Amino acid sequence: MVVATDTPAPDAPAPDEVRSAKPGPAEPRLRIRRFEAADVGALAGSAISAFCLMWLVYVRLTPLSGGVGFAICWYATFIVTYWLVVREQRGALAAKDKVAGVVVATAGIGCLVPLTLVIGYTVWKGWQTFRLSFFTETQEFTGPLSDATDGGAIHAVVGTLEQVAIATVLSVPLGVATALFLNEIRGRFARPVRIVVDAMSATPSILAGLFIYAVIVLQLDWRRDGLAVGLALTVLMLPTVTRTAEVVLRLVPGGLREGALALGGTEWRVTRQVVLPTARTGLVTAILLGIARVVGETAPLIVLNAGAFVMNANPFAGNQEGLPLFIYRYINFPQPARKDAAWTAAFVLIMIVLVLFTAARLIGGRAPVARRAVVRRKQKEPA
Amino acid sequence: MSTTISADDTAPVDTQNLIDLTRTPASMTARDVSAWFGDHKVLERVSIDVKARSVTALIGPSGCGKSTFLRILNRMHELVPSASLAGTVMLDDVDIYRDARSVTQTRREIGMVFQKPNPFPAMSIADNVVAGLHLSGTKPRRGEVDAIVERNLERAGLWNEVKNRLGAAGGSLSGGQQQRLCIARALAVDPRVLLMDEPCSALDPTSTRRIEETIADISDDVTIVIVTHNMQQAQRVSHHCAFFLAAENQPGVIVEADTTETMFTNPQDQRTLDYVHGRFG
Repeated sequence: MVVATDTPAPDAPAPDEVRSAKPGPAEPRLRIRRFEAADVGALAGSAISAFCLMWLVYVRLTPLSGGVGFAICWYATFIVTYWLVVREQRGALAAKDKVAGVVVATAGIGCLVPLTLVIGYTVWKGWQTFRLSFFTETQEFTGPLSDATDGGAIHAVVGTLEQVAIATVLSVPLGVATALFLNEIRGRFARPVRIVVDAMSATPSILAGLFIYAVIVLQLDWRRDGLAVGLALTVLMLPTVTRTAEVVLRLVPGGLREGALALGGTEWRVTRQVVLPTARTGLVTAILLGIARVVGETAPLIVLNAGAFVMNANPFAGNQEGLPLFIYRYINFPQPARKDAAWTAAFVLIMIVLVLFTAARLIGGRAPVARRAVVRRKQKEPA
Repeated sequence: MSTTISADDTAPVDTQNLIDLTRTPASMTARDVSAWFGDHKVLERVSIDVKARSVTALIGPSGCGKSTFLRILNRMHELVPSASLAGTVMLDDVDIYRDARSVTQTRREIGMVFQKPNPFPAMSIADNVVAGLHLSGTKPRRGEVDAIVERNLERAGLWNEVKNRLGAAGGSLSGGQQQRLCIARALAVDPRVLLMDEPCSALDPTSTRRIEETIADISDDVTIVIVTHNMQQAQRVSHHCAFFLAAENQPGVIVEADTTETMFTNPQDQRTLDYVHGRFG
């Protein structure tokens, strides 16, 4: 009802206004956690004075040079100055608190900056040469001297989607089943299984590729194709899905299991009807993290797949392109136009991940729909 | 609520009569029940008779084994990996630990309501009520579901509050409503005995009163065993009372069991008298 949060406080409210209980103009709210001008002043003042001091010491008085060193020294001086200023104003305890706050905030921004730069640069660079033909054409009729906007990478997009789909279809049931074993059944083998899963999650991705190459491709004499890549991605995806699903299942309150068992449910029914639906959103997260883990994997593709310039929608035969492989090969071309095509592919890969995640969140995060028929019929009845 | 059988055939159909008559309230008998967690003995040769169609309260200070004993009555005790027990528990004339019958069948006939309300968060209110039927593998026929939901929410005294939002999530109810939803859920599988483990300890006085009314209403249809820390509650709702007590580092025993009236006015044991009058515990 009250929306005006930033109404300026009247300096002295009229006495009759205070007494009246009538809903008058919205009363000014106290802003307890306000970041006051004095705080900004202390921060900015410390930063400026530290900069000046460092300029004097670093550039004028000592024979030092270099931007990075200057930035580090400036930051250290700034922290000390800020601590001194706040201690002078509010005491040692508040100074420690403020300095810790500034350091944590710096660390947070420090993490965000490279992330934003990587994504921002890729999007900016990829967008330059992005044409809709990227989703309709292949590289069949392009050569080393073609423009970056010539041809497309639909063959790579299809390949990546198929390979990741194979990995998802195989690793999600396996991973969720393993998580159920670790969390719901808790046999004597739970410990060794957990150790193996942990060890698997540390497997370098090229080893996963070599493993599939040695065990499946060489033994069964398969062509190097999309299915082999999908299997290698499964090896990489499985531990991520398993451990995340396990954590998510552990969050399901024990009281729900007890309640369901006390109603006469068998363990399987309790798991299927109560535990898994309760953990649904978390399980979607587990799948998303697994996909995110493998969608950009390049090493297994290099080992198992020569790639292709033409469309091969059949993952069970022949070489198949994938977006990471496309990027890897094209970024190594000497021609700038080919490098630009690789950036476009990187941009498309990021977009595909974004679309997949959004779709999964929309579908998986929705309220459960189980046995809704009952409810709908009930609500039609006149109350 | 009375269950006198009416000879008047023209009386309007009472929803209560829909109850499956093969599932009549049962008596329970425990003989020399002892229980352990690992090597730690928590119950020492407890024997009790629970009469059918009555409310039996288990009272006693914290940590004297009341809840453990209650969980033994419907085989929930064995869910704790280190737990073990000795003795006999009879449901009417069936030994629930020795006779060849499934654990799930036993638990279905002996329902349980927990201290903390635990509606299934992924289900709507209506789905929560029929969850027990799905869990125990008796798919209700399509036409029956609505009647089952309505009847059991009525029995738990919740129908009027939720009849217009049966599709809402079970977790959107208040604590007291959630607990009554759990009672409705437990009643929907037509148990012969209902165990209640401090069902009101997390609730405010108004909700507590509603639950006590519910207990009084359903005690004709189902045998109730209730653990409570609240002496007034035990006095208000129960017909029979058993007083558990555990000396320091000793397993819990039943000091005395009798009708509630006797227990509160003229108990045989001095410790019972002290406890029911709040002089210790």
